[in-house]
Amino acid sequence: MEKILEVKDLHVTFTTYGGTVQAVRGVDFHLNKGETLAIVGESGCGKSVTSNAIMRLIPSPPGKITAGKILFKGKDLAKESEKKMRQVRGVDISMIFQDPMTALNPTLTIGTQLIEGLKQHRKITDSEAKKRALEMMDLVGIPNPAERMKQYPHQFSGGMRQRIVIAIALICEPELLIADEPTTALDVTIQAQILELFEKIQDVTGVSIILITHDLGVVAKIADRIAVMYAGKIIETGTKREIFYEPQHPYTKGLLNSVPRLDTKGRLKPIDGTPPDLFSPPEGCPFTARCPFAMEVCNKVYPKSSNLSDSHSVDCWLQDERAKQLLATMVTN
Amino acid sequence: MLKYILKRLLIMVVTLWIIITLTFVLMVSVPGSPFNSEGNSNEIVQQNLAKHYNLDKPYHVQYLLYLKSIVTLDFGPSIKQPNQTVNDLLGRGFPISAELGIVTIIVAVISGITLGILAALRHNGVIDYLAMGIAVLGISIPNFIMATLLIDQLAVQREWFPVATWKSPMHMVLPVLALATGPMAIIARLTRSTMLEVLTQDYIKMARAKGLTPWKIIVKHALRNALMPVITIMGTLVAGIMTGSFVIEQIFAIPGMGKYFVESINHRDFPVIMGTTVFYSAFLIVMLFLVDIAYGILDPRIKVAKKEGE
Repeated sequence: MEKILEVKDLHVTFTTYGGTVQAVRGVDFHLNKGETLAIVGESGCGKSVTSNAIMRLIPSPPGKITAGKILFKGKDLAKESEKKMRQVRGVDISMIFQDPMTALNPTLTIGTQLIEGLKQHRKITDSEAKKRALEMMDLVGIPNPAERMKQYPHQFSGGMRQRIVIAIALICEPELLIADEPTTALDVTIQAQILELFEKIQDVTGVSIILITHDLGVVAKIADRIAVMYAGKIIETGTKREIFYEPQHPYTKGLLNSVPRLDTKGRLKPIDGTPPDLFSPPEGCPFTARCPFAMEVCNKVYPKSSNLSDSHSVDCWLQDERAKQLLATMVTN
Repeated sequence: MLKYILKRLLIMVVTLWIIITLTFVLMVSVPGSPFNSEGNSNEIVQQNLAKHYNLDKPYHVQYLLYLKSIVTLDFGPSIKQPNQTVNDLLGRGFPISAELGIVTIIVAVISGITLGILAALRHNGVIDYLAMGIAVLGISIPNFIMATLLIDQLAVQREWFPVATWKSPMHMVLPVLALATGPMAIIARLTRSTMLEVLTQDYIKMARAKGLTPWKIIVKHALRNALMPVITIMGTLVAGIMTGSFVIEQIFAIPGMGKYFVESINHRDFPVIMGTTVFYSAFLIVMLFLVDIAYGILDPRIKVAKKEGE
């Protein structure tokens, strides 16, 4: 399958008065054409920073991409000039933000905000642009698009605004869509509608999607593959099936256990503790302090990636042959 | 909208009436009369003069006469300059004052907004500190000190600009500068802080994600939102510039309304006091009204709030 995006050893830091935050510490992943990759993890693990880094939207200063490659169709975005990036943003790669209530400018009409990206990047007449905007509004399911185009964001509900944000993101037919927690700010029924809309637009346009979320329900619905992030690293990636049915990393297991389920009784099992301080992240595996299976080596050396299948890989010392032997002896004793 | 405007017009009339009444009460309660400064101590002369200008009548009659003069927009003759009516003075002074005021507002708004934007875009940089330094100075130095400083430095010591009076664009430079620095500083600081806030908003990030040029992002997306608070204080700033112009017109010997206003109070020239006060108040009230209307036009959310409020 053709890889549309490949991120290699990405490092992002933020310089603050308190020191340097290592928000993303060597992230590797790729995205195939037409698929949906979900990046999951708890707050502050570097999901959003990663997605903003791909768009080169990290405010600099204080943020900086210190190392790594972001290969979009073979071109390294990490090294592109700001001017070149402007021709990538909205055209090749688009982004959808978390909160539709604040993502739209309150003083401009919906039509203006829809069309301006198109006018920026394409030589197009006003009437053509308007026609395209109407098509997009129709695609994302907004009734009376002609009338709605003249209205302002405050005249739209949250769900409708998110549809508009999606329409804006797709109007220049990008090949990659980054959705940063697109349903977090919406209520549950609207969430389901928006997720269905994502599936629909992927069918219609063939766009590849990176979905940033902490909601495993969302992931289960629309992701093809999943990357689990923790403390600035991707600790496990695999297909949806592999992650949900055969999770290997203790963190992934903990994450899945902390989702409420209808078919099991008893208390929820949260993961105890908090993520490590990214001002001075631990040298070894960052999950050691919270891990029920932690070994001495975990604290000192970060584990190598183990490939369990073509798509499934995990960074954990438990995958090491010696750990497996140790576990086996413990069980027999 | 129409209902709102009518309501506001009614409130404006009531406000104006309160101002007129207060001015009248102050006027008659201040000691002194228009006639006793001039050394004509003859009592009969004074009584005749008082009679001629209706100053011998009881206060309520005088008050009604003043109200009548305002409704008919005829303030009568000036006591101190008997050959001229108040309307003559206003007609002569207002265009000059208006010129000074408008040029000052334009200078203050353009330079203030520019400084504010530059400071916000170079947040915590050299330009930011420089712009805010200028702004702090502008707010701290009263305009009459500024005026004397400017005259001393640029007109007396260096002779780049004329010292006073109002004849050519060169004559305008110093009074406008003196009058504009204060409002400019306030606008610059306000623009900077709102701009900084707006630039962190999601819709700015979204505009960047669309691949728009920085210029478009700032002018189309950021500035419009950042200027809302600036529009709000415009009314107060206009008032500040107007009262400031009393002093500035005195210092630069500009024959505007401010000069007549101050002189009329010193001379207890009752009709002129009344005329200028009413004129200034009406002007200010209208300006505040226009600011509110402009606010509704710039921010689409305001209109809806009004409709719901009705």
